[in-house]
Amino acid sequence: MVGTIVFIILGLIAVGAAVGLLTSTNAIHAALFLVINFTCVALFYLGLNAPFLAMVQVTVYAGAIMVLFLFVIMLLGAERVPLSSRLRWQVPLAIVLVAALMVTSAFVLFSPQIGVSLPDPAPLGEVGTNPQGFGSPGAVADSLFISYVLPFQMVGILLLVAMIGAVVLTKDDKPHRETPRRKWEELLETGKYIETLDE
Amino acid sequence: MLNEIAFLAPTSWYIILSAILFALGVAGVLIRRNAILIFMSVELMLNAANLAFVAFARTFMDLGGQVFVFFVMTVAAAEVAVGLALIVSIFRTKQSIDIDDLHQMQG
Repeated sequence: MVGTIVFIILGLIAVGAAVGLLTSTNAIHAALFLVINFTCVALFYLGLNAPFLAMVQVTVYAGAIMVLFLFVIMLLGAERVPLSSRLRWQVPLAIVLVAALMVTSAFVLFSPQIGVSLPDPAPLGEVGTNPQGFGSPGAVADSLFISYVLPFQMVGILLLVAMIGAVVLTKDDKPHRETPRRKWEELLETGKYIETLDE
Repeated sequence: MLNEIAFLAPTSWYIILSAILFALGVAGVLIRRNAILIFMSVELMLNAANLAFVAFARTFMDLGGQVFVFFVMTVAAAEVAVGLALIVSIFRTKQSIDIDDLHQMQG
């Protein structure tokens, strides 16, 4: 009972934030709507017995990725987002196609012939207990470091590659600047330094 | 203590919500012209998929779903770093991140 009420409220906030992301004219407002959406999803994780993932979501997504987005928006001065497009038929067509996507996924999920029948989540123990510690950091760490250690290492290498890539992509390509000493040696060789003595 | 909190709805509700959020992310990618806003809609799509994973992990009591969400978050962070670096360097040359202006590869 409490679960369904909280789910409906959080779901409405999450969908409302997503619609706000789609329709806002200011890029910073859109980024803040996305932060609201991420926080709602983190609360969903908390309710689905995934507290470690909820904290990781808040830290990584809302805390690091969105801050990065806001940095780049302010760096590039991209706050004012123009709404009119050269292809005017694109926006209504996109809305129609996305509605078709929603209808198709509802059909695939819930029709009696080809839909799936999903069991409801079972309670873990008595109300308010979690005897096996499902979803606790210890349990997730056991799974991550014992069963899935190879993908874990690969993801570490992926992060290293991403760091190197980000540094290489934003590197300046200017040629080596002349140091003052080099310029002075050049002046001595060519004899032009006499001109620099005149004020 | 945090892993004793639980508010649970039927699993299919979580999947419906995930599908709606995913479709809204697709709409964002199709409608928007600013490269950064398109990127934000892609992040919304990834979040919708993560929600489905965690819902299934709880339904079938399998922690593999949560571990996979961890990996998806890491990959998303790496992708955002590289993608924003690309956008910054495109902005340096073209002074615009409107995708209608980025058509040098068209035939």
